[in-house]
Amino acid sequence: MSTKSKRISAPISDRIFDVVVYAVVIMVVIVTLYPFLNVLALSLNDSTDSVRGGISIYPREFTWKNYEVIFSFSGLIQGFKISILRTIVGTLLGLLSASMLAYTLSRPDFQGRRFISIFLALTMYVSGGMIASYILIKELHMMGTFWVYVLPGMVSAFNVFIIRSFMDGIPYALQESAKLDGANDFTIYWRVILPMAKPALATIALFLAVGQWNSWFDTWLYNARSPELTTLQYELMKVLQSTTSGNGDYRNTNMTQVMASVSPESVKMAITIVVTVPILFVYPFLQRYFVQGMTLGAVKG
Amino acid sequence: MEAVTGKKEPKERGNRKSSRFWRTFLQQKYLYMMSLPFVIWVFVFSYVPLWGWTMAFQKYKPMPTASLWDRVFDQKWVGFDQFQRLFTDDQFYLVLRNTLAMSFMGLIAGFVVPIVFAVLLNEVKNIAFKRVAQTISYLPHFVSWVVVAGIVIKMLSTDNGAVNDLLMWLGIIDEPYQFMAKEKWFWGIVTAADVWKETGWNTIIYLAAMAGISSELYEAARVDGASRLRQIWHITLPGIRSTIVILLIMSIGHLVSIGFEKQFLLSNNLVSDYAQVLDLYALQYGLQMSNFSYGTAINVFNSVVGIILLFSANGIFKKITKESIM
Repeated sequence: MSTKSKRISAPISDRIFDVVVYAVVIMVVIVTLYPFLNVLALSLNDSTDSVRGGISIYPREFTWKNYEVIFSFSGLIQGFKISILRTIVGTLLGLLSASMLAYTLSRPDFQGRRFISIFLALTMYVSGGMIASYILIKELHMMGTFWVYVLPGMVSAFNVFIIRSFMDGIPYALQESAKLDGANDFTIYWRVILPMAKPALATIALFLAVGQWNSWFDTWLYNARSPELTTLQYELMKVLQSTTSGNGDYRNTNMTQVMASVSPESVKMAITIVVTVPILFVYPFLQRYFVQGMTLGAVKG
Repeated sequence: MEAVTGKKEPKERGNRKSSRFWRTFLQQKYLYMMSLPFVIWVFVFSYVPLWGWTMAFQKYKPMPTASLWDRVFDQKWVGFDQFQRLFTDDQFYLVLRNTLAMSFMGLIAGFVVPIVFAVLLNEVKNIAFKRVAQTISYLPHFVSWVVVAGIVIKMLSTDNGAVNDLLMWLGIIDEPYQFMAKEKWFWGIVTAADVWKETGWNTIIYLAAMAGISSELYEAARVDGASRLRQIWHITLPGIRSTIVILLIMSIGHLVSIGFEKQFLLSNNLVSDYAQVLDLYALQYGLQMSNFSYGTAINVFNSVVGIILLFSANGIFKKITKESIM
């Protein structure tokens, strides 16, 4: 109905407007996608051929060589393992802590509710800063351990509040009937609330997993001297920094030799794709959830 | 008699109150078991570092062999010496300039562009196309800054970078331009990279707010013969006004804490005078040169300015628009 009436009455200016809208949106899409496709094409192109230039979004001389080369580098394999491990452990710990705290805060009768809410909220506005945190981590003897990746940031106030506001929307009568059946608070949380909070949990799981997968700075700051604890992002960062800035804190002979056999550019492109692809596979499926979660968080402010 | 009970009552009431507290405490023991461990956790990792602010007023020495007690309490207090040093350091003003410049550019671009894009997306009537465009535009948000920096450097590179190729094809330049080596371009590149990464993501909230605008308003406007541009101006934008204000206040609060990842990853020796920001400066002095107190003083300066900005932005907007986040 509305489209029909528009077609009849739409003035010329509105039709021009439509063209402009679509043109701009299409341009944004191209600007967003092109770099990824370009990097992908370069990573799949023969490295000596790439130097000639002119590769856009498809490889000219297709090869897997660049990938074979980077996967022969032990640091990268180790980084892959640690990145996957920290993503799994960090996500699970973060989900568990945030959902438990959120549940207690969603209970209107819980007497610690007010204090804990304020206690948590303050951490969103004030922070001790990088230096103080560094000294704390050092004093706790967490440097050079895997735990520095998952423990310090485990409890996030933002995540707690998003899950809490979702749990607030679950009818309280459900909990009361479970209580009449003799369930204790933990059982109610585990059996009643958690299954119902799945959409919020999926959102937070995505945020946590992406955050863990994308972290590189904690490796740089705390574990740069422990090659067995390296992460994929950190390896990529080292490779990128090694030639762009030339200030070379990258002295890994193994990798330098590897890079000599194909061009460093191609190696960079291949690692970039390896680092990015897992995210591309996960996020379109979870899009529904994170949009929900974002708007939930925004409404609560 | 009455006087006696009157005197006794507060104490009794206090007792009853505390005994009621402990009774509920026992009843809610599972709730406490599920929350207190994490409260302690937050205390250790978020509140204990605040104690570290004292370092800014000391001449902190690491003293690796001394006991923990001595390391914490046996430090020399120097009052505001670190801050005095900070405010007389020329380098500090350079860093502050860079931080503020990139913050303001990021604030304006990161604020205007998503609103414009959200308005445009909202005007797309083809649902399938809209959804695909949205999904693609969210993509860079999920990619790490390491990857984004790598992509930006690649796109702007002089050998076969897409931007240089395009500009040469258009005939705007004759030979590849060294974007990454020019100081004057650094702020713009950082801002553009940020816009590229976050624009799509930042539209989510605006689009949600626009979805809440009643379609009757648009129909009434159409009956009155309002053009699409006028509908945007008089219906869509006022409809998301409170969202805009809240997000603006929040981003003003984060003005000086713009982070350092982009600058760290995109900078190189040629542009460092324009790339150094407060957090990196603190990192460099505090950790790499082991001058913990000076580094902390920079962090403290950063936090205090951030809080002041947040409260004043909130206050100003409260006066002007009757809207606030606190």
